[in-house]
Amino acid sequence: MSTTPKSLAELRDVYGPHLNLAPPGGWDADLEPDKLVKTHCCFCGQQCGIQLKVKDNRVVGFEPWTEFPFNEGKLCPKGVKRYLQGNHPDRLTSALVRTEHGFAEVDWEAAMAHTVNEIERIQTQYGKDAFAVLSGVSLTNEKSYLAGKFARLGLGTKNLDYNGRLCMVSAGVGNKKAFGVDRAANSWADIVGADVIWVTGANVAECAPITTDYIWRARDRGAKLIVVDPRITPLARTADLVLPLKPGSDCALTNGVLHLLHKWDLIDWDFVKAHTTGFEQALEEVKDCTPEWTSGLTGLPVAAIEKAARMWGEAETSFLLHARGIEHQSKGVENVLGCINMVLATGRIGKPNCGYATITGQGNGQGGREHGHKCDQLPGNRDIENPEHRKYICEVWNCTDEELPGKGLTAQEIMNAIHTGEIKGLLSLCFNPLVSLPDTEFTRAALSRLEFYVNLDFFLSETAQHADVVLPAALHEEDEGTTTSAEGRVIRINKAVEPPGDARADWKILVEIAQRLGKEKWFGHFTSPEAIFNELRVASKGGTADYFGITYEKIEKNLGVFWPCPELDHPGTPRLFEGGKFFHPDGKAKFIPTRWRPPMEVVDAEYPIWLTTGRVVFHYLSGTQTRRIGFLVEQCPHPYLEIHPRLAALHGIEEGDAVEITSRRGALVLPAKVVKSIRPDTVFIPYHWPGELSANRLTARHLDPLSKIPEYKVSSVRIAKTTKDRFPAELAELQRMAFEARTDQANLPEQVF
Amino acid sequence: MVSDEYGFFIDPQRCIGCRACVGACAECGTHKGRPMIHLDEMDRMESPQTVPTVCMHCEDPICAQVCPADAIKRTDDGVVHSSQKPRCIGCENCELSCPFGVPIVFSGMEQMLKCDLCYDRTSEGLKPMCATVCPSQALLYVPKHQVAEMRRSKPVREFLVGTLKVKTRTAVMVPDSEIPLHLDAALLIEGGF
Ligand code: SF4
Ligand code: SF4
Ligand code: SF4
Repeated sequence: MSTTPKSLAELRDVYGPHLNLAPPGGWDADLEPDKLVKTHCCFCGQQCGIQLKVKDNRVVGFEPWTEFPFNEGKLCPKGVKRYLQGNHPDRLTSALVRTEHGFAEVDWEAAMAHTVNEIERIQTQYGKDAFAVLSGVSLTNEKSYLAGKFARLGLGTKNLDYNGRLCMVSAGVGNKKAFGVDRAANSWADIVGADVIWVTGANVAECAPITTDYIWRARDRGAKLIVVDPRITPLARTADLVLPLKPGSDCALTNGVLHLLHKWDLIDWDFVKAHTTGFEQALEEVKDCTPEWTSGLTGLPVAAIEKAARMWGEAETSFLLHARGIEHQSKGVENVLGCINMVLATGRIGKPNCGYATITGQGNGQGGREHGHKCDQLPGNRDIENPEHRKYICEVWNCTDEELPGKGLTAQEIMNAIHTGEIKGLLSLCFNPLVSLPDTEFTRAALSRLEFYVNLDFFLSETAQHADVVLPAALHEEDEGTTTSAEGRVIRINKAVEPPGDARADWKILVEIAQRLGKEKWFGHFTSPEAIFNELRVASKGGTADYFGITYEKIEKNLGVFWPCPELDHPGTPRLFEGGKFFHPDGKAKFIPTRWRPPMEVVDAEYPIWLTTGRVVFHYLSGTQTRRIGFLVEQCPHPYLEIHPRLAALHGIEEGDAVEITSRRGALVLPAKVVKSIRPDTVFIPYHWPGELSANRLTARHLDPLSKIPEYKVSSVRIAKTTKDRFPAELAELQRMAFEARTDQANLPEQVF
Repeated sequence: MVSDEYGFFIDPQRCIGCRACVGACAECGTHKGRPMIHLDEMDRMESPQTVPTVCMHCEDPICAQVCPADAIKRTDDGVVHSSQKPRCIGCENCELSCPFGVPIVFSGMEQMLKCDLCYDRTSEGLKPMCATVCPSQALLYVPKHQVAEMRRSKPVREFLVGTLKVKTRTAVMVPDSEIPLHLDAALLIEGGF
């Protein structure tokens, strides 16, 4: 039923993406603001402080917020231009329902009544769990917390998961296993004092741009930088050592390094003995991981591996950073544990200038993953299968154990169950799976099988085009709340403007649905984000992610508070594990052996080339927002294929040529970008686009068995040069739009002085 | 007046090509929507290197020397300003003569605009917009005396353009020679790391 109700071209005409090029009223308008609102950028886990200029209930620009300690005014281009997502021609301002002729605007009451009827019908007919919720962590902590409670108590379904499942969930699992807690071990301030910085699977310059400056500040003190990545990223260009390993071989490298650390006795035995368990087993696992073995699997020279191990092993202080490159794999958790083993073996954690962190990608990737937004988790990072944890949350929520569902399916598994017909209804917010899940055509087929689908969004995303009802939600700047940055700093998101038309904050929509379903007693008191936060504080109390001592006022006063913060007079915890105290009951960290195994898909005669996917600095995730902002589209209008000149020459491919890339899932045709900065056996495609341009047409639904993260970073493909008439029509349209953005900028007011 | 204590330092080694500087410059109220900064990709096939160019604010600016309408002013604080609208005749002499390629004569406007060190901001003690936002601080605006302790790269303010020596207010940072450059993944794999 949920196929798109009109042709994609017709939908595009009405709902975009169109480009917003200039502030409201154009560059000539008087944009002298009425007020400046201190808040944060919505476009990555670093959560840069920013001030939005507001005039007449419209965001008209930005002013750097230099006092905010993390970024001190620094912003990447997404932050600079984020204000253009407001006042956007594509903005949804009324509820939509699907009709035979496309979407029709309906009044709020009709859309709500229809939604609630369908939820009740599906749950009566097929059972509670046949209705699923998919959510996302660009939402505030309040909304993430609410999404969990809404699914469990509002709908009574166990099937709730979130798009963090596609983000840093491997890091979360690995961190909990090793440390008993899932948070960056340090604030970024410790990066600056580190003597060696190991960055692996993290395109810091493009996906965490502000972190670049932290790393350079360390290098100016003399720190060495090691970057592990199949591509020479902008930061790697000047690194002291670059290890362009084969996609999917990360755990072989960390095993090889641990082998050498032991062989050369670069182990901090005092630390290992006093503060860890399991080192013997971890060593046993790597005893045959010689540099030659490591070289064979990673495709790196023996001498480079040895140099890396020396640089890492001999340093006094260090910081290890990783991100999606190692996490988006079918052994994402093992890759993370391999890194943690390197850190623990040298004892360089929980001390000044010694640290470790995953670089959270999504806006609230950290906070959103802590308070019951996941299928297996309750607030405070509690475990939904732990009877003690359940008991506490039942008390806080005033429900019985029977009323609180158990563990449900993860995001990809929910999509699989929709495909098989096991799940019939879906409510989604802040998630665009048609772009972001692997195996795009599978996702499309799944969505078309839903009996009822309601989507909350501010733009009609590609996934929302499949909905039966679309409820217009609020932009980041149209609501308040808190988020938690990659560092673990809880910060305030302030409201700058009111949502337009019938659009309203996501939390209001969820609360209204719950109330209409007769769940007043659990949701009626949620009259403001702060009311939700105050319940979150209590629900998290005593959990590892303890927010009890954090209040809105305290955040404002201190420019953020690091959790855990268990009491109102507690200052917060920028650095975890001080004194070697970890969060497991015995207070120790665990070494966990990481046996090498290959990725789920490896290159062969039929598909001989590795494919890896990722982001560019100009776009955020599935692009629903950034593909609508003129300046960002102008810089990077469409995807391309990064290919080394040697591989290109083998196929007669030159810069700009059309290349057909085929995997076991599908194919797409993209222009070639011939660059020496990538391994010659590997190609790269940025993933932010939908449809014919979606990199995820090629990727597989292979999951890590523990974290259930898809293996976006490793697939095998074949490539062939083709003719330019095979470029998708959408590519030409995007090029046209980028040109329009450029020329419009050149056609500015005659006289500006 | 812009404080003489502060200097502008361009450090291309750090540049990550993000164009936040370009986007932010365009937000300026005095040249609305038009970036004055140039951000060049050097040769993408050979290297990910990108290079930002802002005005070098020359001590004896060539653009001003060649301006037939005397439209380009340098104030006592060393800042070289955009052309004065009533005077500028859009002849493009400045654009053609600038050794760094800074001034832009906009078609349809017949007036030259250029980076003026965000005079509206810097004369009030703020940093220029680009140097405020630059995520890698490839564009750095700090008290001059702090640079030596902040950076291993060295500021240069004198350039030889043909036979002409050009002294500038803005500095370019010369990379620390100990920092290597990696450009070809194939060579790294083959042992040239
Ligand atoms: S996207 Fe990230 S780095 Fe860029 S401005 Fe926003 S928070 Fe900062
Ligand atoms: S903002 Fe800085 S890093 Fe980004 S392109 Fe400009 S100079 Fe380079
Ligand atoms: S100093 Fe100001 S005017 Fe000059 S390039 Fe930077 S932002 Fe633009």
